[in-house]
Amino acid sequence: MGLIGCGVILASFAVSLGIFFEVKQDGFQPQVITLFEFIKLPAFTIPFAFQVDQLSSLFLLIITGVGFLIHVYSTAYMQEEEDEHYGRYFSYLNLFVFSMLLLVLGANYVIMFIGWEGVGLCSYLLIGFWFKNNNYNYAARKAFVMNRIGDLGFLLAVFWILGKLGTVNYSDVFANASTFSTFEVTAITLLLFVGAMGKSAQIPLYTWLPDAMAGPTPVSALIHAATMVTAGIYMIVRSNVLYNMAPVTQTVVAVIGLATAFLAATIALKQNDIKKVLAYSTVSQLGYMFLGLGVGAYTGAVFHVMTHAFFKALLFLGAGSVIHAMHHEQDIRSMGGLKKYLPITHITFLLACLAISGIPPFSGFFSKDEILAAAYEHNKVLWVVGVITAGMTAFYMFRLYAMTFLGQFRGTHEQEHHLHESPSAMTIPLIILAILSVVGGFVGIPEVFAPNAHALEHFLSPVIAKSSEAAHGLDHGTEYMLMGVSVGLAVIAIIYAWTRFSKKPEIAEPQGAGKFFAEKWYVDELYDAIVARPLLAMANFFKNVIEKSGIDGIVNGVGRGVNYAGRQIRLMQSGQVGNYILLMVLSMVLMIILVFYGNNLNPILNYFSK
Amino acid sequence: MPITYYITLSVVLFCIGVVGVLTRRNAIIIFMCVELMLNAVNLMLVAFSKMHNGNAIASAPNSTVGIDGQLFVFFIMVVAAAEVCVGLSIIVMMYRNTHSVDVNFLNRLKN
Amino acid sequence: MTTVLLIVVPLLTGLLSFFIKEERSAKAWALLSAVVTLAISLITLFQHGSSVSFDASWLPMLSSRFSVSLDGMGKMLTLLTAVSFPVIFASTYNNKYKSPNAFYGFMLLTQAGLMGVFCATDLLLFYFFWELALIPAYFLCSKWGGEKRIAVTFKFFIYTFLGSLLMLVGILYVNFKTPGHSFAISALQNLSLTTGEENFVFWLFFIAFAIKMPVFPFHTWQPDTYEQSPTAVTMVLSGVMVKMGVFGVVRWLLPMFPNASVRMADVIMIMAVVGMIYTSLIAIRQDDMKRLIAYSSIAHIGLMAASLFTGSAVGIQGVLFQMFAHGVNIIGLWIVVDVIEQQTGTRKLSELGGLAQKAPTLAILFVVMAFANIALPLTNSFVGEFLMFNSVFQRSVILGGVAGISIILAAVYTLWMVQKIFYGELTGKQNYEINVPVNTQLMLGVLVAVVLIFGVFPQPMLNLTNDTVTKISAQIK
Repeated sequence: MGLIGCGVILASFAVSLGIFFEVKQDGFQPQVITLFEFIKLPAFTIPFAFQVDQLSSLFLLIITGVGFLIHVYSTAYMQEEEDEHYGRYFSYLNLFVFSMLLLVLGANYVIMFIGWEGVGLCSYLLIGFWFKNNNYNYAARKAFVMNRIGDLGFLLAVFWILGKLGTVNYSDVFANASTFSTFEVTAITLLLFVGAMGKSAQIPLYTWLPDAMAGPTPVSALIHAATMVTAGIYMIVRSNVLYNMAPVTQTVVAVIGLATAFLAATIALKQNDIKKVLAYSTVSQLGYMFLGLGVGAYTGAVFHVMTHAFFKALLFLGAGSVIHAMHHEQDIRSMGGLKKYLPITHITFLLACLAISGIPPFSGFFSKDEILAAAYEHNKVLWVVGVITAGMTAFYMFRLYAMTFLGQFRGTHEQEHHLHESPSAMTIPLIILAILSVVGGFVGIPEVFAPNAHALEHFLSPVIAKSSEAAHGLDHGTEYMLMGVSVGLAVIAIIYAWTRFSKKPEIAEPQGAGKFFAEKWYVDELYDAIVARPLLAMANFFKNVIEKSGIDGIVNGVGRGVNYAGRQIRLMQSGQVGNYILLMVLSMVLMIILVFYGNNLNPILNYFSK
Repeated sequence: MPITYYITLSVVLFCIGVVGVLTRRNAIIIFMCVELMLNAVNLMLVAFSKMHNGNAIASAPNSTVGIDGQLFVFFIMVVAAAEVCVGLSIIVMMYRNTHSVDVNFLNRLKN
Repeated sequence: MTTVLLIVVPLLTGLLSFFIKEERSAKAWALLSAVVTLAISLITLFQHGSSVSFDASWLPMLSSRFSVSLDGMGKMLTLLTAVSFPVIFASTYNNKYKSPNAFYGFMLLTQAGLMGVFCATDLLLFYFFWELALIPAYFLCSKWGGEKRIAVTFKFFIYTFLGSLLMLVGILYVNFKTPGHSFAISALQNLSLTTGEENFVFWLFFIAFAIKMPVFPFHTWQPDTYEQSPTAVTMVLSGVMVKMGVFGVVRWLLPMFPNASVRMADVIMIMAVVGMIYTSLIAIRQDDMKRLIAYSSIAHIGLMAASLFTGSAVGIQGVLFQMFAHGVNIIGLWIVVDVIEQQTGTRKLSELGGLAQKAPTLAILFVVMAFANIALPLTNSFVGEFLMFNSVFQRSVILGGVAGISIILAAVYTLWMVQKIFYGELTGKQNYEINVPVNTQLMLGVLVAVVLIFGVFPQPMLNLTNDTVTKISAQIK
């Protein structure tokens, strides 16, 4: 089963490579292939069409490449599962890759939406993969529902575009984008961004992603780090024409992105679950990407998507390897000193940590630097917060690294006895990803090091309008200064974390601000109090009061009223002959009065004769 | 005699009948009151018949003008007689069953 | 002529079914009849014009004629009816009913009534079939229903009958307004009514249809009735019979009173959208699966009601598509409910759990149906809901946005139901095997296939109903 699962992904990776080399040639025009008409009405037509261009081919490579490695890794990682669940796992995983490819290949917003919801579905299925555990099921449901909130925004934006232009094809929409008024384009882009918030875990819809770590670790690597969560970035880059027309939205995107990056980084400082640290780190890195999008550095964002896919997948897979060795122990307080038991995992993990911390010449340095440079040029405050966040990133990553791999082992003897390096099906993907994490940055060497060396920018230039004119405005001295500051801060953070946590691991429960961070700013509790509970209370109120006594009460009340009236009127039929006769006489008298003196009662009679 | 005398007498008789029916409980007395009301109507019919066609009768005493009103009276008398037959027999049956002719005992249909 | 067969076959077989004493024969007879009807219905898909029309003298004194005809919408709904009944009979084949001959007889009579409603082009004939469908349904619920069936069915009957009578008043009124006192659809579509008259008669008809659909706040009969009816009957009620109301609006209400429909559109749309949110919220707090699905269905119907009155061709197209999709999906959900109730003896979410371990196939099929219920793309209801939400949104951004909240709530309650029934640990009470009968699995598989096929290739269905949409949208413009 694993063979089929991996084989088809390998096949699609091969196809993606073929496409890539074709697209890479100069003068390539985007190709749109229409399979059939999905919905064809007199008012509009939505074709089931795919579009291949530079952006989608790059994403194809990331999805199928990283996806294949993770599939291979999974064949070993999921070996313990029973046969039927093993098969189920791979069918979900392949369904995910299918949906993700649909998302990036679609030639219009509806097809993208199909993939968009499809990956949400797979995410739901895979988070709740071990469905016997109800906590996992809650996490799965939470992920799906939060994604749906975003999806609603996306859907409304699609309706708006459809209503205004009568088409949702990218080419037509972008060609006619100038017909939108500023208000419309701002509203549409904001709605699209709501969609991206849900899928890419931005404030305020980010809380599902850390919970999503309930799924198997390779799933976290593939879906909740490398590919699905970057769908929001893809969507905004795809719509860059629209975003360029809406500066208000761009500011919103940048601010929310940065706020998310900062918030998630503070939370990551105090997490003790190895996967939770990585999850918050993912949220934080996604925030960086949105910062890049908000300041117009589309290439930088895509670049960071790519490098992030490499090193974050590597981190998660490494974490998976650790968890595998530790028999499903995820708390870093019970780890330590794993360096000597898991040599390959250790080395690759270290490389990934260096990459994410932005140490040159690892890949993360180049992409992060590009975003920060663009931010600096846009607004210096953005840059300052960004650099502080980068420092925090380096700190928590090496806190994680030190507590896991350095120092003394703190687990039980039994665990220590079982520690072992993972099988080669798991380590080979680690090694490949490690190589990519190291060298992946060289596709986007900034202008200051070598002119015209930014291959990625050159590659993406046809799909991104005026992509990074921002990054060229800085003189070289400033740019070196910016790099120096961020790298310096990162190095200080690394040294501090290394020395501190390898000797004295942080075991005690955090206090004060630390506790506040460890409890994730109490955001879950806040949402519970302001959204979930009131909604449930309202539902209860509707169910028990309005429905039961209100609407149904009226309906039943009418029934009861008729019943009651019947019972009361029945009493007139007393059975006493005298009463009947009296009634009869009275009626006759009344009739005589009406007939003979009717003219004096004209108003009343007129009413009745109408 | 002016017609009003007849009308007054007839109305008085009729009202006596109505009040009797409404207030008395003895079936036979109610029955007699009903007869009284019928006869009040009879009296009225005859009086009106005579009044409307008074001139015609005076000029030709042998003509049959206005006879229809008086014919009604005969019909009513016949019907009343038939009614008495049925009614009295009901009352007799009722007496046999309940040993009373009080109409207030006859409320069994109520339930 | 084939159209008449659609009505006559279930009518005759239904009447004959009362004389079959043996249970197995009664079941087989009903299934046979339903399959024959399905075959006829499939034939009508390929026929056009006069071959699907029939006209004969019926009540000459009232100048009402037995005239039936099928357009795209009629074909689609008769097909839905024709598909539903064999599926229902086959999937509940193992259920035991007391006096099965009468049960299946009434079921087939209901089918005859439904077919008639969807074919009739004479208003009095329409009314006749409308009641013909209602009365057997009443007997089915009151005789074979749950504990509280008498009171609930009484409410159901009185409620819908009240609507029918209001409609009857309206029918007579418009009849007097046509030249030559005609009931024919062609005459009724050219009524000349004053504004006041039109508004008044519009409401007479609308309330009848709104009760049937049902639209908030006329919906309270439905959860009770669905809960108490035997599940096979619930399938008929929710899968097909509620479509009578929607159908009535499209076929009769909009063309007869185009101006009033425009005037009342805002009121009705607000009513429908409020109802969607309201019933979705209530669905979240339901413990009984049947009630949960009932409220979910009301929310979906609310969307149909809202987009019917947007006056846009896209909206009406969406409604027509969704009628079929909703019918298929909800029957699928009921089949699973029926299986679970038969096997575990309970429908309470609080008493269920972990069934995915016992019945993985059932779980997979149910999850597909559940995701169709929340209109996931590539299931059939996505297409319908996409078109409908689109039309509501184009009409009013605020209403569209508010209505959109219901798709979030739909995810909340549907996934809650899936989770409670299939996921988690097995609850202590269920230490037995769950055997899902082969026929039930097969029927569910068929429905899942339909869900996916029309989710990926919706165009044939859209083409089928296109003529109706074109005609209606020309009339209401």
